[in-house]
Amino acid sequence: MTDTNGVEGLDRDRLVWMWTQMVRVREFEERVKRTFEEHPGVIRGHTHLADGAEASIVGSLATLRPGDQLMTTYRCHGYPLVLGTSPKAMMAEIYGKAAGLCGGYGGSMHLTDVSRGFLGTSGIVGQGIPQATGAAYAAQIRRQGQVVLCFFGDGATKQGAFHESLNIASLWKLPIVYVLENNNYNVVTRVEQEDANAAAGEPLAVKARAHSMPGVTVDGGDPLAVYGEVGAAVARARDGGGPTLVESKVYRLSAHGNSIAPPGVPLHFPEHEAITTFGATEEYEAAKRGDPVPRFRAKLVTDTTLSPAEADRITEAARTEMQEAVEFGLESELPKPEDAVKYVYA
Amino acid sequence: MARELPYIAAINEAIRLEMQRDESVLYFGQNIATTKNDPFLQEFGSDRVRVTPISETAEIGMGIGAALAGYRPVVELYMAEFMLVGMDQVVNEAPRFRYMTGGQVRVPLVMKAGYGFTAGWAGQHTGSIYGMFMGVPGLKVALPATPADAKGLMATAIRDDNPVCYFQHYLLLLDHGEVPEGEYLVPFGQAAVRRAGTDVTIVGTGWTVGRALAAAERLAGEGVSAEVIDPRTLEPLDTATILESVAKTGHLVLVDQATLHASASAVIAAEVADAGFSYLKAPIRQVTALDATIPYSRPMEEYVLPNEDKIVAAVHQVLGSAPVAAT
Repeated sequence: MTDTNGVEGLDRDRLVWMWTQMVRVREFEERVKRTFEEHPGVIRGHTHLADGAEASIVGSLATLRPGDQLMTTYRCHGYPLVLGTSPKAMMAEIYGKAAGLCGGYGGSMHLTDVSRGFLGTSGIVGQGIPQATGAAYAAQIRRQGQVVLCFFGDGATKQGAFHESLNIASLWKLPIVYVLENNNYNVVTRVEQEDANAAAGEPLAVKARAHSMPGVTVDGGDPLAVYGEVGAAVARARDGGGPTLVESKVYRLSAHGNSIAPPGVPLHFPEHEAITTFGATEEYEAAKRGDPVPRFRAKLVTDTTLSPAEADRITEAARTEMQEAVEFGLESELPKPEDAVKYVYA
Repeated sequence: MARELPYIAAINEAIRLEMQRDESVLYFGQNIATTKNDPFLQEFGSDRVRVTPISETAEIGMGIGAALAGYRPVVELYMAEFMLVGMDQVVNEAPRFRYMTGGQVRVPLVMKAGYGFTAGWAGQHTGSIYGMFMGVPGLKVALPATPADAKGLMATAIRDDNPVCYFQHYLLLLDHGEVPEGEYLVPFGQAAVRRAGTDVTIVGTGWTVGRALAAAERLAGEGVSAEVIDPRTLEPLDTATILESVAKTGHLVLVDQATLHASASAVIAAEVADAGFSYLKAPIRQVTALDATIPYSRPMEEYVLPNEDKIVAAVHQVLGSAPVAAT
């Protein structure tokens, strides 16, 4: 295997695959966002986008083997796309259709694809962390070398569930990697307003110290850096070396979610809280300039891994794919009302 | 003087007035007061108004501790389900302290949270979980259904010397209604008769009060006179007003956005059966959500929720009558 970037195990095809997945996530999220304007009322409730976190998601998931598993937060659209879940089924779920990934029961916040190792999400901050830890316990005693990735945000690290889980995982040497996607905001609160480490100018990864596990901070806008750190942590977990906390610094490029309003008031995606709440336009513009999708494209084009023409073809293909997902979602049937009582018990 | 205000503004007005009146009232929680422009922060300062991390156990537990130490905290918990994360503090700490210390302490704490967001918020943000807090001695539960009550019940909650769960309904946040200016208190344990009637009593809470009133309007067109009662607080529960109404009408329909089993509706049904069985000319009917988690997709969500049609049908059932044309 040729190693073109000093990152072990990544040949040209794999690098192109990584960028392709980043583009697919971006294009999917763009179409979700546009749906609020183009098809008002089709998406209900609260939707949270992964734009800005593509490099972190792809770099993390690229480290997995078949049989590995993951659990995430309600900001969950990116992961299944990269794992190979049909964007048509995902969009249909977000549009509340019977052909949706979860039959219209869960919506945007609960995209789950167990067939690809994606065991589920929690809509409640931090509450998926113990669940992923339990999956890692199962992996440990099954002894097939499986690893679990657990994704959550900066806000979740102020939950008891986070600290309780990391303690047990470290104590039991569980095969899990905790990927803390630090996007600087919990809803409209900046991280230094709610996190003692951040307020003290320290990375959030220092929380690992309290639980006697390695903690690292990585540039979540660089998929190769993420791949390197998460990959090392996955390898250690697979070898029985126990858990790691990887803080991946990302910047979400959209608001926390769409507007919150009772029925009858049209929903939309407002501007990012950096602008609307804090007036920090320059912070947001800087994040846009560092957008991981064009950034990784530029790197691959510069080192001739990818030609501009091929990059354009990939982008065009992703746009077509997501256009088809939108059309499928719009054309699909709504579920039968009486199916609402179907899955209450197993 | 009353003027029109949205429900959400009425809540904020009550908190503001109580904070002006009593310096021991604190207001803290998630995603409030994150900038200097926040009106509460501007008026009352950062000693009394603070944003917290997403740490429900600590937020509620600190509310208890500050209350024990002499303050009157209002904890902003955002969504009722977030309280479940700190359930020990809500159920097994706050309401127990006064009792276990033989009356030495008080816990004047308001836990403020929104609920019932059945507008596509799916399984974990739509619950009507107030029933879970009803059976806890020492804990009070307020469920405002109108902007005026949103203000009056919040003011009363803040002045109460006990822990109070104050549940605001997400679907009502932008509803406008007349709200008295200045000091305005709605006593706990005093139901409101929202519409007088003689044939059937309909009891609703929160958002279902409006559904019950709409059903009563339709029933009036059929010549059926329905009385609509809003308990306003579930703990204490004004059983007397409900019983008085049932004594008059002889028929009772209960409407609850929560699922049937162990619901507020089931509790009220049991209390009426206990104390007012002889008034009843027909079995009580309960119109509740179906026993399922709230689904995301609209047709399924609508299917599980109570609505006007279901209320009207239940009234027909208790009256043993098909609809009668208005004369």
